[in-house]
Amino acid sequence: MDDRRLRRRTQLWTLTTVGHTVPLILAAGFLAGLAPVTVPVAVVLLVHAWVIPELYASRGAGVVRVRPSVEAAAHRRSLGLLGDLVGHDARELHRRTGLVLEPGRLGVWVVGEAGALLVRPGGRVVCCYCVHATDPELPTGDRVAHLLLALRADEAGFATVANLAFAGACWRLRRRLPAIRRDALVQARIRASAAM
Amino acid sequence: MPQLIRMDRTGHTTLAEWTVQDPAAVEAAVAALHAELDNGYFAVVSRPDGTAEQVRELPVDAQLVILRRPIAGG
Repeated sequence: MDDRRLRRRTQLWTLTTVGHTVPLILAAGFLAGLAPVTVPVAVVLLVHAWVIPELYASRGAGVVRVRPSVEAAAHRRSLGLLGDLVGHDARELHRRTGLVLEPGRLGVWVVGEAGALLVRPGGRVVCCYCVHATDPELPTGDRVAHLLLALRADEAGFATVANLAFAGACWRLRRRLPAIRRDALVQARIRASAAM
Repeated sequence: MPQLIRMDRTGHTTLAEWTVQDPAAVEAAVAALHAELDNGYFAVVSRPDGTAEQVRELPVDAQLVILRRPIAGG
């Protein structure tokens, strides 16, 4: 995976979304102009046109969901190791949001336990990747550390292995994220905007 | 002191510690590394500047070598 291929995949995703929504909007406009009795159907179509991208964004937000951790001692130990791998600011952000910020060549990554967000340079577009360590019993910090080390060692390989769950506007994803996690996306957008 | 650690269900486990001046400790660390690589782990050298490199042999000058499981999409 490189920058060009990633841009193409993002554009394809946008085209797919447009392909899903624009026909519904056009049909709604046609029905609304046809007769007053068809206006309710037009409204239903518009709702569909709005809901489809929201469902995609919701799927994207799911990649940074929290999973239940194993026993407390292992949890604390894993967080200690993760803390050693990142700087003070990243540690603090992880404490607040459960996510780690990691700048890369493709953009600014936000790494969680079972997935990662990639805010592209400019800060407008985000890609949501579903990816996880293969041992499901790992404690929280180790799950993040697994992804972080894999990302640092081979960013292109990481983006290739991971499954793209959503690509689209940051604002759309932000609304679907749990409040506690939004700050990580905001921080990543600021970093990605500054990188332009 | 340089360490070889494995991320596992306990948080992490220190498998070996060595110094360049101690060939026996280096040998033990190399053996531990290869045993874990054979078990399917990946070895990553984490550097203080925030970079990481995947390795197949023990870099004796590294401060921290971490063993991790493969990752998968989905």
